[in-house]
Amino acid sequence: MRVVILGVGNILLSDEGLGVHAIERLPLAYSLPAAVEIIDGGTCGMEMLEALEDLDALIMVDAIRGGQPPGTPIRLLGDAVPVFFKTRLSPHQIGLCDVLATLELLGKAPKYTAILGAQPRSLALGMELSPEVENVIPTVLRMVVDELATLGIRVPQLTVTTCRDTPDGDSHDRPPLSRPFSRGGRREVRESRTRLSH
Amino acid sequence: MSQRVTIDPVTRIEGHLRVDVEVDGGEVKQAWASGQMWRGVETILVGRDPRDAWAITQRICGVCTTVHAIASVRAVENALQMEIPLNAQYIRNMIILAHAVHDHIVHFYHLSALDWVDVTSALQADPGKAAALAESLSSWPGNSKAEFTRVKERLTGFVGTGQLGIFTNGYWGHPAMKLPPEVNLIAVAHYLQALEVQRYANKIVSILGAKTPHIQNVAVGGVANALSIDAQSVLTVERLLAVKGWIDQLSDFVKNVYLIDVAVIGGFYPEWTTIGRGIVDYVSVPDIPLDGKNTRFALPGGHIAAGDLSSFKEIKTHDDAYFKDGVAESVKHSWYEGGKGPLHPYKGETRPQYTDFEDEGKYSWLKSPTFYGQPMQVGPLPRVLAMVAAQHQPTITYATQALELVSAVARSKVGLDALHSTIGRHAARAVACAVQVDELALQWDLLLANMAKGDLTTFNKPVFPKDEIAGVGIHEAPRGVLSHWVVIDDGKIKNYQCVVPTTWNAAPRNEADAPGAYEACLAGTPVAIPDQPLEVLRTVHSFDPCLACAVHVVDTEKRQVVKVKAA
Repeated sequence: MRVVILGVGNILLSDEGLGVHAIERLPLAYSLPAAVEIIDGGTCGMEMLEALEDLDALIMVDAIRGGQPPGTPIRLLGDAVPVFFKTRLSPHQIGLCDVLATLELLGKAPKYTAILGAQPRSLALGMELSPEVENVIPTVLRMVVDELATLGIRVPQLTVTTCRDTPDGDSHDRPPLSRPFSRGGRREVRESRTRLSH
Repeated sequence: MSQRVTIDPVTRIEGHLRVDVEVDGGEVKQAWASGQMWRGVETILVGRDPRDAWAITQRICGVCTTVHAIASVRAVENALQMEIPLNAQYIRNMIILAHAVHDHIVHFYHLSALDWVDVTSALQADPGKAAALAESLSSWPGNSKAEFTRVKERLTGFVGTGQLGIFTNGYWGHPAMKLPPEVNLIAVAHYLQALEVQRYANKIVSILGAKTPHIQNVAVGGVANALSIDAQSVLTVERLLAVKGWIDQLSDFVKNVYLIDVAVIGGFYPEWTTIGRGIVDYVSVPDIPLDGKNTRFALPGGHIAAGDLSSFKEIKTHDDAYFKDGVAESVKHSWYEGGKGPLHPYKGETRPQYTDFEDEGKYSWLKSPTFYGQPMQVGPLPRVLAMVAAQHQPTITYATQALELVSAVARSKVGLDALHSTIGRHAARAVACAVQVDELALQWDLLLANMAKGDLTTFNKPVFPKDEIAGVGIHEAPRGVLSHWVVIDDGKIKNYQCVVPTTWNAAPRNEADAPGAYEACLAGTPVAIPDQPLEVLRTVHSFDPCLACAVHVVDTEKRQVVKVKAA
C-alpha cells in the first residue's frame, strides 16, 4: 500500500496556500505510518511525476473554489475529480493536471484519488491564512485522517505535541535545514501549536 | 483585412500569459504580450530577514523554484561581499546544472515538441523504417524496431480509447505539421523515454537539495549539506557515486537523443530558421562559479549587439558594474504607477495602477526591462552565442555538430545565422543542455577532488552591518538572465526586486515604445488558419515561457486552458 498526501498551493497568496499549510501541520497532530508519504507540492508540476507513480491512493489537499462560504470544508471524489480540473477550481491545476494526465498515459495513475480542502476567502498576497481558513484546518486534517481510515489506515492522534521549542539563541547561527518563516522569532510556531491543541 | 487573434494563455503549464496578434495577409503584423497577473512578491519581503528571502522567493514560480533560491542567496551574499566555501559553490553548481538539464529536456519534449510533432501521424509510421532512420543517426539503445513497434501499439491503444488525455489540445493534422510519420513516431517514442530520463535529473536535485520540489539546502553563506567521506546520514561519497551514475544516464540521452532530435526536426522545417528572428540584441551572464567570490566561471556570458558576435562584450564577474549599471525597468506600458521613467531595480517601485488592455497605453503586469536602454532577448540562444563568441570550446563543438546534422537533413548548408530564429532557439537550448550536462560531470569531479584534499567546509556565517547595504544576485537560469536586487538596512530587507527571464522576453513595449522580444519575434510569423494559430504558439513556446514566474502569482477564475479568440 502506497499513499501520498499531497499539499498543493502557493503560500505567498494567503488562502491559496491552504494545502501546504495543512500538510505541514498533519504530522504534528497525527502519527502517520511509513506507507503514507507527505509531499509539499507547492505549485510544481513535472518534478512530482516520479513521487506520484503507481500509487494506491492520492489524497490532494488544496484550496477549492466551490461557491461556498469561506472556510467551508469540501471533499471531491470519483467523477468530481476530473471536473475539478476541467473547470479549474484552483488556479495551479494546470501543472498538476499535466502530471496526472502523463501518469494516465504511462498507465501509472493513482488507483484512488480524493481532493480535500476548503473554500478560500482571500487569494491576496500574503503568507498568513484568513481566520476562516485558519479555523477550518483542524477539520481538514480530520478529513485526511478519515480518508485514510476508509483506505484501512488507522492514524492515532498525537497527545503530546511534537513541535518543540527551538533552543535559545539565533537559529540562523546554523545553516537552516527547515525553519518556519516568521518576522518575530518563534511566535508563529507557538501559535500554530496552540491552534492544533483544540 | 486584418484580424485580431487573442491567445490566452499560451503555455501548457502555469498559463498566465496573454498574446494578442494582428494578422493581415496571412502573417502577424503586430503583437502584444501581456502578463495577466500582478507581480508583487517583493512587497511580502520588505521588513523580513534577508536570510529567509531565498525560501520565500522560490515559491514565486511552479517551474523554476531552484533558480530563485540561488539568485536570492547570491544577492544577499553580494550585499555582504561574502566569500562562499568552494564545496558550497560546487554543490550549488550541480543543483543549478541538474535543474537546467531537467528543465530543458521537459521543455522540449513535453511542453513544446508537440507544436512540431503530429502525434496522430505517428500511427501511420512503419516502425522498421523509423528504426533504420534513428539507428543511422545515433547509438541510443531505445531506437530499435521492437521499441518503436511497442510505442506505436501503445499509442494506438491510447488514441483508440477516444480519450486523448495529455494530447487533447494538439493541432493534429494542421497544414503547418510537416514531419514524415516515421519521424513523428521516433519523436513520440523519445517523448515517452524522456519521461523516464528526466527523473535522473530530479533525483540529483533532491539528493543535493535535500527536498524536491523546493530545495532546502541553500543558506546565505553556503549550503547546509554536511559533507563526509564515510559517516551516515550526510552527503557521503556513496550518495555522490549514485549522483554520478545519473549524470552519465542524462549525458547519454542529451547527446544521443535530444540534440539529434532537435537537429532532425530543424532540418525538416528549414523555413523556421528565418522566422521569429525579432530582437537580436542578446544578454546572458556568466555562471557556474569556480571560486568563492564569483569572479571566475566555467560558462561565460555577456552582451551581443545586433546579432553580431564580434560585438561581444563579456560580463566578467557577478559584481561587474557593466551589468549592474545597465539594467532598468520601464512601466510606461505596465499596470503600475509610473512617470519617473525607467528605474534601476534598487530604486524599483511596484505600485499597481490597473487600466483596461490599451493597445497604445498600459496592457501588462510585466515591467519592461532594458539593458542600457535597449530591449534584450535572454535565454539559451543568447547564452550559446555568448559562449561561442567567448571561444568556449565545448559549445562550439556541440553547435557545429547540431548545425551539420540540420544541414544534412535539409540538404543545404545551414550556418550559425540560422540560430537567430524560432527553431534556432530550440537548437540553442539543446546545445546549451549538452554543454551543461558535461559541466555537471566536471563539477562532480571538482567536488570530489576538493573533499579528497580534506576540505569539508560548506558554510560561512553571514554578519549583517547596521548600515544600509545593497546587492545583486545574478544567475543564468534555464530561461535566461535572472537577477534579484536587495537593499538591506540594519539586517532587514528594505527593498527587493526580481527581474526574471520571462520579464525580459515577454516584456511589453518600453519607455521608447519599442516592443519586447516576444512581440518583435512574432512580427512576420505566418498564420495559415487564424483560429488555429499554431505558428504563433511555435514562436512563443520557443522562448520556453513561464509566466507564472514572470508575474509571480496566479489568479484566474474558471478560465479555459487555452482560449483562442479570432475576431
